Amino acid sequence: MSSIPIEYFLILSAFMFVVGVAGVLIRRNAIVVFMCIELMLNSANLSLVAFSSYLGNPIGQIFVFFVMTVAAAEAAVGLAIIIAVFRNKLTVNIDEINIFKW
Amino acid sequence: MNIELILFIVLALVASVSSLMMITRRGAVISAVFLVLNFFALAGLYLLLNAQFIAVVQVIVYAGAIMVLFLFVLMLLRTDNEPKILMDRRPIKLFALLITVFVFIQIAYLIFVGTPSENLSPDQLKSINSGTIQTIGQELYTNYIIPFEVAGFLLLAATIGAMVLAKKKFE
Repeated sequence: MSSIPIEYFLILSAFMFVVGVAGVLIRRNAIVVFMCIELMLNSANLSLVAFSSYLGNPIGQIFVFFVMTVAAAEAAVGLAIIIAVFRNKLTVNIDEINIFKW
Repeated sequence: MNIELILFIVLALVASVSSLMMITRRGAVISAVFLVLNFFALAGLYLLLNAQFIAVVQVIVYAGAIMVLFLFVLMLLRTDNEPKILMDRRPIKLFALLITVFVFIQIAYLIFVGTPSENLSPDQLKSINSGTIQTIGQELYTNYIIPFEVAGFLLLAATIGAMVLAKKKFE
């Protein structure tokens, strides 16, 4: 572990984060947008675990635990919202769900 | 070239390629499967970082529970494939590329330039001990007991909220 510089993990985490950002911007399926948000959460988790491991401090991993809890809650509520929207609009394309558009 | 570096390179390649495949494939189910692959590669990276507990929870909670939920919703709604992702030339594609590159450069700058790189020698034993269930449980049930209870309450609220939202017909 000490042979790998922590920058490698951070760069991988940064790369996955920007891939998630790009996915949120270019995908139109609301469920896939949600999955890209999960990807971003995971990249943040990776850097938290990397720091925790390199510092020998378990608090970063406890934070990851809480992030996972929030991600699970977010996925449940978010998917329920998507189902409710699908019932009303019969689509999950975020270009067509534009009732708040000014 | 030791075994850890080789493992890191392989897992990092799997993680980055699967994340790229996930945002470029048209079918939503294919995207979800690539995301599962990405989560498994991340679990491997956590093991490489001596975070055993987090690696197991990653597989059980993320690859198991959350992605099964996603796949269930995908199959229930049965949405059409997006006709085209990268081919159409709307300005948002350029915008997405710009923002992505910009954010990446910012983070890379923070990693390499913004921090003073003092050579802190990491204590191997300390690192290994910090990832065990014993250490995490000890912290979680003593110093972090209130956040832990709040997390449980949040999950309860999310369960009830999800049932109410998914059940009700809005008229």
